[in-house]
Amino acid sequence: MGTITVSGLGKAYKTYPTRISRLAEWMLPLRGPRHTLKWVLRDVSFQVAPGEAVGLIGINGAGKSTLLKLITGTTQPTTGGVAMQGSVAALLELGMGFHPDFTGRQNAYMAGQLLGMTADEITALMPQIEAFADIGEYMDQPVRVYSSGMQMRVAFSVATARRPDILIVDEALSVGDAYFQHKSFDRIRQFRKQGTTLLLVSHDKQAIQSVCDRAILLDGGRLAREGKPEEIMDYYNAMIAERENETVRLQEAAGGKVQTVSGTGEATVADIALFDESGERVEVVDVGSPVTLEIKVRAHAPIPRMVLGYMIKDRLGQPMYGTNTHLKELPLSDIQAGEDVVYRFAFPMNLGPGTYSVATAIVSTETHLVNNYEWRDLALVFTVMNMRRPHFEGSAWLDPAVDIQRT
Amino acid sequence: MISPLMLRGLWAYRGFVLGSVKREFQSKYANAILGAVWSVLSPLAMILVYTVIFSEVMRTKLPGAESGFAYSIYLCAGILTWGLFAEIVARGQNMFIEQANLIKKISFPRICLPLIVVLNALVNFGIIFCLFVVFLIATGNFPGLMFFSLLPVLLVQVLLAIGLAMIAGVLNVFFRDVGQFVTIAMQFWFWLTPIVYPATILPPEVRALMGWNPMAPLIGAYQAVLVHGASPDWAAIWPVALLALLLCVFGMRLFRKRAGEMVDEL
Repeated sequence: MGTITVSGLGKAYKTYPTRISRLAEWMLPLRGPRHTLKWVLRDVSFQVAPGEAVGLIGINGAGKSTLLKLITGTTQPTTGGVAMQGSVAALLELGMGFHPDFTGRQNAYMAGQLLGMTADEITALMPQIEAFADIGEYMDQPVRVYSSGMQMRVAFSVATARRPDILIVDEALSVGDAYFQHKSFDRIRQFRKQGTTLLLVSHDKQAIQSVCDRAILLDGGRLAREGKPEEIMDYYNAMIAERENETVRLQEAAGGKVQTVSGTGEATVADIALFDESGERVEVVDVGSPVTLEIKVRAHAPIPRMVLGYMIKDRLGQPMYGTNTHLKELPLSDIQAGEDVVYRFAFPMNLGPGTYSVATAIVSTETHLVNNYEWRDLALVFTVMNMRRPHFEGSAWLDPAVDIQRT
Repeated sequence: MISPLMLRGLWAYRGFVLGSVKREFQSKYANAILGAVWSVLSPLAMILVYTVIFSEVMRTKLPGAESGFAYSIYLCAGILTWGLFAEIVARGQNMFIEQANLIKKISFPRICLPLIVVLNALVNFGIIFCLFVVFLIATGNFPGLMFFSLLPVLLVQVLLAIGLAMIAGVLNVFFRDVGQFVTIAMQFWFWLTPIVYPATILPPEVRALMGWNPMAPLIGAYQAVLVHGASPDWAAIWPVALLALLLCVFGMRLFRKRAGEMVDEL
């Protein structure tokens, strides 16, 4: 249950030179086709195993929406096909077809019926839908007085009222307030635990990396890369940063992890290391101990303005902390070719136990999108261990002073 | 014509179909104080207008018009049933364009849409026609058992409407001219069918042409049954039934062939 098999999927739209040509093609089928095909998706094949969570990423126009529409059966493929086993719920357009004059409850019925449920089934699920939407008396008011967030809540609650074998989620979830976003993500995670297969489309790095086992990158209607979410996300980021005359390189880093390096290459990170209090090079650090991150940058060409930034990420690739010398108001000017610059960042390692990676960026301004000299993911990997403190949970070291009063 | 797969889809989405019919009815009248009364008032007003304007002119010409209500009944028999036909065709030609958002974004059996249109039209027709029947009984003009011979006529008429609606609906997605054309054509068709006037006032050469108007025998059957209590002219209805079936088959084939392309075009 819960498999998606996409094989050789392609979608082309017919374009006719004039309005009359379609009529001519229909009327005179023997005279041959008069349209040209515009391909938006080509040769896409992949499989999603039962219980697996796959993230789908790509820039706008890469074909993500088309792919989802083909998978859900809204549009017909031009070539290839999609096979699915199990019940499917798609959260593509939440609140589609909501009628403004009807109450939330009536619209919930309508939305449920559009998913193929009968009125009785929806009535049975209604208490649960109401509880999850959590909009109180608004449930019985016309939807036209709703905020967009409330409409989302009702729509999401209906769409996920029953656990599907396959859940397909578009960026829909980025709407709504933070509280409901958490709530809906919790529900998706819960479904995952119970064995639901998930296909998630998002630009949101966190969402992809925290939920997915695997990621697929679409580019120009083709499947560009497939692999670990962290690796694909890095590649995707680099791909955005790269535009003209830049190439993305992949290097095998120590420990078998794939390092993504991109940029124009005027300056590169020559060395990066973590040092403890006594100046010893370390890879394992105790929670809360002072450390110095040393990054040696080599300039290969004259650089008018240089900013170095780094980001510490956890094992899922979620950012823990990032800063740069622009934010610290210490940018360097007029670097000569061949010059070496050593940066030292001293801070207490207030992170929880786990493995972390450091990504570096050498740029001319605060974003890496303008002049990207070098962007290096997984430049350094280190481990934080709890050696001296009582056990605690989480990825941050936020040790409290405890004061308790009993009366 | 309809594949088992389509039927299964329809059955699975019966909740959606019935819910949509109910909602459309509600939404039409939800914000009006008089509510559903309006669905009766508007055809009633039309019948009143025609009666006032034409009854004096027509009464003498309507054969066998002993009853004072004869022209009103004649008019209702034609206008109410034409209304059903016209509503299915008019709503049908727009059904896919109107629901473009739903069709493009949500995967559901598209065949639900024509069914919703037909059911909606039947509900509206049912209300007004029931009132009409009450009126017939009250004025002593109910034709008795002969009334039930209207059912097959009605079936043929609905089939004819569905066939035309499917063809117009699908074509309209690709060529918007079709919608405009059908709207105009329906007006001409209304006046070219003996609904407001009796066929007898037409010159003989024009009456011969009525044989080519598939609506003429159907409307004629309603008028025969309801005004005169006479049996419908079955011989004239058979060819129309055949045409209705042919149009339905063609309409369904067109729909099935173009359904995929339709989504891309919307």
